[in-house]
Amino acid sequence: MTTVSNKQDLALMAHLLRRAGFGATPAELDRAMSLGYDAMVDELLNPDHDDNVPFDKIRRWRKDYSDLRGPGGAPGGIWMYRLIMTDTPLREKMCLFWHRLFATGHTKLIQGRPVVRQIDMFRKHGMGSFDNILVELSKDPAMIMWLDNQDNHATNINENYGREILELFSMGVGNYTEDDIKETARAFTGWSIVNPIYNSIKMNNNVMRPFGYLSWQFQYNDDDHDHGEKTILGETGNWNGEDAVRIICKNEATARFLARHLYHFFVADEPPVPAWPMVEPRDPEAIDALVNAYFESGHDVKSMLETIFKSDFFKAESVRYARIKSPAEMVVGTMRLAGSIDPLSNEANQAVDACANMGQSLLRPPSVEGWQGGTDWINTGAYVERVNFAGKILKNTDKSGIRDLINRVKAKSTSSTMSSDEFVDSCLEVLGPLEVTEGTSRGLKDYASKYGDLSWSDEASSTEFDKAAGSILQLIVSGHEYQMA
Amino acid sequence: MGEKKLVAVQLSGGNDYLNCIIPYDNPLYVDNRQHVRITEDRVLDMGGGLGMNPVMSGIKELYDEGKVAIIHGVGYPDSSRSHFRSMDIWHTAEPTKLGAEGWLGSAINQMYPAKDNVVAAVNFAGLLPRALAAPKAPIASVSDLDTYGLMNHVDNSERDEALLAFKNIYMPAIGSGLVMDYLSQTGLDALKGSGIIQKAREDYKSDVEYSDDNFSKQMRAASAIIQADIGSRILYTQHGTFDSHTNGIALQEGVLANVSTGIRDFYSDIKASNKGDDVIMFVFSEFGRRVKDNGTGTDHGAGGVAFVIGDSVIGGQYGEYPSLEPHKLSIGEDLSFDIDFRSLYTEILEDWLETGAQDIVKGQYEKIGFLRN
Repeated sequence: MTTVSNKQDLALMAHLLRRAGFGATPAELDRAMSLGYDAMVDELLNPDHDDNVPFDKIRRWRKDYSDLRGPGGAPGGIWMYRLIMTDTPLREKMCLFWHRLFATGHTKLIQGRPVVRQIDMFRKHGMGSFDNILVELSKDPAMIMWLDNQDNHATNINENYGREILELFSMGVGNYTEDDIKETARAFTGWSIVNPIYNSIKMNNNVMRPFGYLSWQFQYNDDDHDHGEKTILGETGNWNGEDAVRIICKNEATARFLARHLYHFFVADEPPVPAWPMVEPRDPEAIDALVNAYFESGHDVKSMLETIFKSDFFKAESVRYARIKSPAEMVVGTMRLAGSIDPLSNEANQAVDACANMGQSLLRPPSVEGWQGGTDWINTGAYVERVNFAGKILKNTDKSGIRDLINRVKAKSTSSTMSSDEFVDSCLEVLGPLEVTEGTSRGLKDYASKYGDLSWSDEASSTEFDKAAGSILQLIVSGHEYQMA
Repeated sequence: MGEKKLVAVQLSGGNDYLNCIIPYDNPLYVDNRQHVRITEDRVLDMGGGLGMNPVMSGIKELYDEGKVAIIHGVGYPDSSRSHFRSMDIWHTAEPTKLGAEGWLGSAINQMYPAKDNVVAAVNFAGLLPRALAAPKAPIASVSDLDTYGLMNHVDNSERDEALLAFKNIYMPAIGSGLVMDYLSQTGLDALKGSGIIQKAREDYKSDVEYSDDNFSKQMRAASAIIQADIGSRILYTQHGTFDSHTNGIALQEGVLANVSTGIRDFYSDIKASNKGDDVIMFVFSEFGRRVKDNGTGTDHGAGGVAFVIGDSVIGGQYGEYPSLEPHKLSIGEDLSFDIDFRSLYTEILEDWLETGAQDIVKGQYEKIGFLRN
């Protein structure tokens, strides 16, 4: 029997799984409920195994994956496959988080492999200490080439990385000076990749010949490092890159910037990042709590995440459905609802294209500033894509996940029959449960009234029932509520 | 004259300028293109030592009628040989830094600040090209006109009911908060736009029989939208790949033939519906290709050629064909550019779409003068 408190627990758990993952199938939700909220948070935060993605199989059978470039030249297919199939969803969601924050595109690098490797790096280090993440990022070959640090020399600095690590990756505008940028750039001189000239030429010429796409490797050139004294954010010494990161990370502005990004991504939409210096956070106390967690844990990202998921500000009703789903969340969440995909099929590539059609080309951000999210995701073209994509998948009653949803709707009645109103309510319940406005509920029920009482006592009526269920499910995911997480 | 409309035609992959408009009797062309050359007996002669690729008879006819402006040596400083980067530069008009907003998306935002024209720009090019991307610009993206529509996956017998239900779900949500209002308005705009476009498709009549390649399909769709006069000002098409590293001549001629035929058919179609004066086509590619061939094809280069086509265009050639002299080549290997692509944009934006160019191209660029007044 569903009690009131049980129903509230269920809604909260569904909220957690939408935010810390990509939403839940009814079976996943049942399992989470049997674990309990705090235990579920702990499991999400501490994945104890690698998710099982058969790369060798994929590489042998799908040339477009194995080259890590999809049909449109986009290398996102292999990551998309993992996003859909993973059983460690928070770890994968953190990869999306860092990809948004440290947006790097194969557009400039021309090669997909280094960007895919960068995502692998996020998977490995993304829930550890922020200092370590920034050091790994500064050594990441894709990032080095993306922001030209191979051209940052002791004798002649290139400020690109020095600027962005302060502005976009750690502190935000207004918390450092132009001199800090130059001095930070000096600290990162000599942080390059193996054979940068050859790889730059290849990058610019965009040819696979003669040796195909190479695996880029980080290389620190001490000869090319500026060993002079530098002053970064008021601290003077013979600083190298690791020192710059250490100085940046102990700064409160860094903690606040990271806290606001995490809040924006996991709790509720904030305005676009460039507006942050001018606009107060939506919930300043939540930001304070996250800043405290940052310092108390020694800059540990996992501790900040734990603070979020176990806090009242996260559990509050006011932040439920307060984020517009990114295209990746929309696509991955919907695909996961429909059941598993075959690694040898083209479904992951199609999902990458669907994402791109909705405005988020994974591994191909519009600029170094990434995606701002929020209402930026929504325009008419994207909307048609979102509605049609989700509808098409939910309507496919051959998919195992959709069959399961329908069977669960049927299981809500013992008499093999239900009224059309009950039918709509049951469909909403198995989808999340998805809470909808009064207007939506009325619209759905008006539509479903054409079915009258539904039954599934024999094969013919059961087939009709499944078809009706497909229609209602696709209509539900066409609604504005399904756009929100 | 009705509202002016622009049809953008993107040749993706880098169109080989030297084998598109061919300097057939230039000894340096012969020297550099030992393996990937269109010989004089094959070109469609334009006089002055230049000829069009033999598959371009459709465009050549229009050129002879004075409807085609050929813009020689188009490009930008420090040309990038990366497809993505170079196309990005053309899309955002930002050669020196990564731009986020597309030039045509920004134009739509300037032309329709109230964002009330939900079909002001229609994209047929598949993935939304960055040229059309700008914050909150209402762009309709039509992957296939014949199947386009909100809930196109729903069976015909149920679709009208489903769309009505969609509307019934979205209408009451207006007034329930800022974000919900925006979502709901966009949902209703999408519904409206998709209805308008479907109606245009149903009303479309034409005696022109288009080819059935992907490009002609897009041009036919563009024609349907234009003939319906639903307020669409920018139509975006693309074809490819022009990336002719190997099998150079056959590859380029295959896609170029589609483009030429599609443009010729489209022109006849809009002419027959008395919209010839209202439409120009703007044909471009992200770069031209390497002067010297690589044995079977050509690698990425720099300076290229653009075309502007229509009854409102003053036909002819603009600018000089870039020199093939080694010391005049860009980084010693590529055709140089003489006309900055932002000059074309400026003229199209100001004199055709009648909207400000400076904020979009971020500077002042001299117009070329290919449009009739």
